[in-house]
This record gives sequence, structure tokens and C-alpha cells, in this order.
Amino acid sequence: MGQATKRMNMIEAIRDALDVKMTEDSDVLVFGEDVGYFGGVFRATAGLQEKHGLHRCFDTPISEGGIVGIAIGMASNGLRPVAEIQFADYIYPGYDQIASEAARLRYRSNGEFSAPLTIRTPVGGGIYGGTTHSQSPEALFTHIAGLKTVIPSNPYDAKGMLITAIEDNDPVLFLEPKRLYNGPFYGDPHIPSVSWAKHELGDVPEGHYTVPFGSVRRITEGPDLTILAYGTMVWVAEAAAKEAGVQADILDLRALLPLDIEAIAESVKKTGRCLILHEATRTSGFGAELSAQVAEACFFSLEAPIVRVTGWDTPYPHAQEWAYFPGPKRVMNGIRKVMGQA
Amino acid sequence: MTKKSNQSRLYVPEPPFRPGDTPDYSHIAVPANHSPPRPDPLCEDHETVEHATSLIRVMRFNGEAVGDWAPKLTADQKRKGLRDMMLTRAMDDRMFNMQRQGKMSFYMKSRGEEAVSVAHAMALRKDDMTFPTYRQQGILINRGAPIKEMMCQCLSNAGDRLQGKSIPVLYSFRDYGFFSVSGNLGTQMIQAVGWGMAEAYKDSDGIASAFTGEGATAEGDFHYALNFASTYRAPVILNVVNNQWAISSFQGIAAGEGETFAARGCGFGLATLRVDGNDFLAVYAATQWAAERARKGGGATLIEHFTYRKEGHSTSDDPTKYRPENEPEVWPFGDPVDRLKTHLIHIGEWDEDRHAAQAEECKVEIRNIYKEAEKMGSLSSATNVNDFTMFEQVYEELPGHLQAQVEAFKEEL
Ligand SMILES: Cc1ncc(C[n+]2csc(CCOP(=O)(O)OP(=O)(O)O)c2C)c(N)n1
Ligand SMILES: [Mg+2]
Repeated sequence: MGQATKRMNMIEAIRDALDVKMTEDSDVLVFGEDVGYFGGVFRATAGLQEKHGLHRCFDTPISEGGIVGIAIGMASNGLRPVAEIQFADYIYPGYDQIASEAARLRYRSNGEFSAPLTIRTPVGGGIYGGTTHSQSPEALFTHIAGLKTVIPSNPYDAKGMLITAIEDNDPVLFLEPKRLYNGPFYGDPHIPSVSWAKHELGDVPEGHYTVPFGSVRRITEGPDLTILAYGTMVWVAEAAAKEAGVQADILDLRALLPLDIEAIAESVKKTGRCLILHEATRTSGFGAELSAQVAEACFFSLEAPIVRVTGWDTPYPHAQEWAYFPGPKRVMNGIRKVMGQA
Repeated sequence: MTKKSNQSRLYVPEPPFRPGDTPDYSHIAVPANHSPPRPDPLCEDHETVEHATSLIRVMRFNGEAVGDWAPKLTADQKRKGLRDMMLTRAMDDRMFNMQRQGKMSFYMKSRGEEAVSVAHAMALRKDDMTFPTYRQQGILINRGAPIKEMMCQCLSNAGDRLQGKSIPVLYSFRDYGFFSVSGNLGTQMIQAVGWGMAEAYKDSDGIASAFTGEGATAEGDFHYALNFASTYRAPVILNVVNNQWAISSFQGIAAGEGETFAARGCGFGLATLRVDGNDFLAVYAATQWAAERARKGGGATLIEHFTYRKEGHSTSDDPTKYRPENEPEVWPFGDPVDRLKTHLIHIGEWDEDRHAAQAEECKVEIRNIYKEAEKMGSLSSATNVNDFTMFEQVYEELPGHLQAQVEAFKEEL
């Protein structure tokens, strides 16, 4: 590559992507609740207002419908808005604007108008956030035609994918696994956390680069089984596979839509076994879609039923957080099951 | 005050003062005897248009109570209000410190806003349903809810009636007229309107009272509430607690810099009051007026409680990052506890020694209750909440697929 790199955590990588795009394109605006002077409750926009000006990085009223609505108006009028929804748990007042409007504007106008906007929002649990700071609502968005939904699992991908999102001519929902902001999380809250500074994916190129949507990242390679994961669960998968003593093809999906089904099918045809992980509730989760697509593409290569390991079908509890979270134990049970050992 | 934008330039409002500035809010101070007159509670809504942009105050800073809004409260009632505010404050302090020690995941204080919740609750009937936000713990204190149970909720322990399901301060106390607090802002104003409509439908004379911060008035749900409350003349009080800040955003982000929050109600044809939220007697009087109006069939009132959030938004927040450190001290409307104390002393019903003794007494009482509460578990030791309770109350009865997940969870253990 030849590009100089810098150690960054995921927040810094996201901020850097915003900074790069704001610097090279004056049409890029960044806004949301508390993102301006303060720099966001997770600090993702810290310093951007000071550097790029009050009218390029600013606070909005607490109105997620309003935030997405202005983003649509701006995007259809030539700008490249990047809106922050403070927590994915608060995106629902904006759902109508996303599902009925942003995602459909191109289709409805037969290409006369489009909404090239990016919505960033933190997802997932692991911070004792309870019912309203922990949700993973990706399936509610992958079900919408006209929207792209992506979720990086590390600083390198976060920066490259966010730049791709901003440059994409269609609306993109950019989900940020908040438990990964400071380091990879292997699923056990009692083990001291590791920082991205110690991980090779915390080595982030300076300046402009992109990570295209629709290609998986292979975390580990192995003949035993294929594990499909995204976001926080990528690292839980790595830890669980190690502990279970299996050699797995762990695929980090990165983009849920568009999905790299070719790479997934190739891996499952090789291993004959497929384990699907997500933190979100199970029923009608994205795992159901993955399971269907894998069955359709690989049925005759499967040596065992596809297994899903997920959060339970309950709201995200507070005190019982780690009983809810699909940690290494639950994943290992899933591995044994798909390996025919349970 | 407000800067004018260039014609074609994107305008973004900014607070008058940021860290490093010397805040001066003297221009917004209003003398108590400038309060608008108290109309009949069953007046036409337009007779309160003036009240939406002025400020109802009862107490002068020297403690004197003036004007026709001054409520007829006994000295005992006032002392009870003072004690409830002090107890609320003592509890907030204790819980904040315990959060810092890792006993709970999170906490939110209401310092500076105690009069809004305590005086409001005092002017309602005990069975009137309140739909509070996370900053009206004073309602529970005033209504005599068990403080130990409140603490156990924050500790998510064996004494938590919510069995660890919710994050701290999202209380639910149906038996104390305290609706389950949602973490999703703004959603509950319109639900309170529905509650009130049900009261009216049932020919009951109960009313509902809903709260939102000024920041969350930007949510669509707030506007639904004003609209429906007006259309159906619902027996509700819609309270906007304008504490100037929504995390790091000053109130001008929510409202623009033109109008007051109370004025939002005028266009909907609601009665509108704007009250000094640090003035216990004024909050009581405004609430009493709105409650009488609602109960007698006059419909809904929008009350803006003008106050100030003296502390950080929550234990996760550091306000010195976005506002001057001494802004809470220079806020021209003082402190609700100090002001009621001054009034009680002024009328000869209180003194400094008794006040100091009561402050200490509240502290000790809270410390003792906390000790008992913590015995039932905390985040830093064990919460003692049975993990299987997470599957309960998703539905009334456990459906088959959840039953299967309960079994799967057993295997995991
Ligand atoms: C729908 C929704 N959006 C965003 C949030 C995050 N949030 C929690 S409190 C808060 C600020 C609220 O300010 P305000 O309404 O003024 O109430 P205050 O905290 O001052 O009492 C924000 C943005 C949320 N809880 N719900
Ligand atoms: Mg506020």
C-alpha cells in the first residue's frame, strides 16, 4: 500500500474518516444530538466543529425523525450529510423517514431524486445499558429495499467503510458496535479489555482509503466449520473457536446488505458446516436470512444443520446483561452442535 | 441578544457562554411582583397567552411571598416540602457517590430541580397518575414511596421490584401513581393524554401529569401530545422542565431562540403557564391551577418550569466540557431549597439551626436506608437477581419459543 499508518481505536478511526471527507469535500456535513461543540457522547466528532466550522458540524434538536428528514433534504439537494443517531435504540422516531423516504426516494422518483446520506449509530450491548442502550436492530433495516446496512468490527474497516458510505450514492446505515470502540472484545467481561493499539487492525492508514461493501473479511481460516459473524460477535467467535479447539473459517460479514454470498458459499461448501452468530434477538434476526441463503446455496454440501447462536428473544436486560449476551460459552455450545458433538 | 444570520448562510444557534467565558444571566431575572395575574382556572385558553411568555413567581429573594398566585399552604406543609426536597437531594448525593464506587451502573441527579417534582406532586392528588422522566424522583419521595426500594432498583438487586430489567432511575411505582419511566425520550407525553382520556371516559375525576425535558420537546411525540390533549380536552397537565440543558445542548437548540416552551401550547389552544421552577410556592400554585382546570373539565395545561440543571446530565457526563464551571452559581433564580428555607425563616417558621440539623438528619437517614438496601446486593459484589427472570414479563405467559430458550440457557450454565 505504501500509505503511512497510525494507531487508532475505533472512535479515532471514525473521526478520522469524517475529518478526511470533510477536508476533501465541502459538501460533507456532520450533525446529530450533542455532536457539535461537545463532540458526541462517544467523542466520535470531537474537534470537528472547531476544525471545520460551526455550520459543518453541529448539534440538532432531539428529534431523530427530524435528523433523518433534514439529511434527506440536504442529500437530495447535493450535499453529503452524515447524521449521528446517539444510540441505535433511539433510531425508531426516525424509522419512517428512513424506511418510507430515504430508502425509497430513488425508486419513487425513478432516479430523479436520490438520498446519498449516511446514518451512523452505536449498536450492541456490553456496557450495562439495559433496554435502551444495547439494541442491535440491524434486521429492521436489512428488510428495507433501497438501504445498505454495514457494520465494521475494527478500526481499519471502520474508517475505510465509513468513507465508502459517505461516497456511496445510496443511503447507508453505518452501525458501530460500541463495545468495540476501545478494543476487540472476546465476550468475557471479567477479562481485562485489550486495546486496539495492540491489535494489527488498529493500524489505520492515514488519509483517504476505502473498504468496499460486499466483501467479507476472513478472520481465521480452517477446515472444520464456517462461522458467520459481524460486529462484536466476530471477536467472540475467534475466542470461542480457539477455546473449543476447532479450526474455523471465521468470516466477518462487514456489509449485511450488500452481502458477499459468494465468499460465504465457497467457505460453507468447503467446511460443510455453518454456525451463524449475532447479538440481536433470534426470531426474524439477520441470522434467519443468512441461514436461508446458505441453505439455498450450499444445501447439498452441508453435513449438519445450520446453527444460530443469538441473543434471547427478550428485551436487553440490565442486571442480567451477561446472561443475555451470546458469550463464548453459548458460542461453544453452538460449535459442538454444528460439529455433531452435542 | 440573538445574532442575525446572513441571508443565505446556514445558521446554527450557540449558547451565550462556553467554558472559559464569564457567564452573566442578570438580564433574564424577573422581579416576583411582575407575575401575570391568576385567572380563573376555567378561563378561556387565550386568557393565558400572556402567561406563556412571562414568569409566575411567588417568592421574592428576601423570602417574602407576594401576589395572587401565593398558595394557601400551612407552615407544616411548607416544611414537609422543604424536607422532601432535602431528602431527595441527600439521596441523589449518596447514590451518585455509590455509583462512583461501582455499586451501580449509572445514576442521574435532580439537583436544582427538586421543587419542580416535589411541589408538583404535593399539589396533585395521590392517585393522579404521573408520567415522569428520569429526573422527577422527588415525586416518589413526596408521595412516600419506600426509599429503600428506589435504591434497590438502582442497585438492580434482590430488592428491586423490576428484577434488574431496567437501568437505574427508570423506576416504576404504580402504587404511588408513578408510571414506568421510559428511556426513550418524549414518548410518554402522548401516553399521559391517553391515560387522561381514559379517566374522562370512565367518568373518574383523576387526571394525568406528564413530564419532558425541554430538549425532548423536539420529538414528534411532544407535538402529538399537545394536539390530542387539545382536541379531546384531556384532563392532563403537560410539564416541560426547562433546565436549560439537554446533555451538552443549550435550550436554544430545541426551541430556536425566539419563543418560550410554554408558548408552544398557544397555537394548539391549550392553557399555558410559565413558572419559576426554583420557586416552590409558584410551582405548587401553577400545578394546583392546572389540576383544578383539568379536573373540572377545562382541559389540558402546558406548564413550562423554568429552572436549571445544576449538575451533569448523569454520572457519565462532565458539564465543564461544554458550559462555564460556575454557571450554576450565577444562575439568577437561586436554589429551590435555599429559597423555600429563606421564606420559612422570613415568616418565622424555621431557623438556620433547624435547617442544619435537618440536613444532617436527611443525610443520616439516607445513609442508613442505603446500608440496608446494599445488603440485598449490588453490581460490585453480586446483584442477587436470578438470571432466569429475564425471560419473564416479555409476555404474560411464556410462549413456546421462549420456553425453549429457557431450556437452552439452563444448558449453558
Ligand atoms: C429518543 C431518544 N433520543 C435520544 C436520547 C438520548 N438522551 C437521553 S437524555 C438526553 C437529553 C435530554 O434532555 P432534556 O429533554 O432537556 O432533559 P434533561 O436531561 O435536561 O432533564 C438525550 C439526548 C434518548 N434517551 N431518547
Ligand atoms: Mg433539559
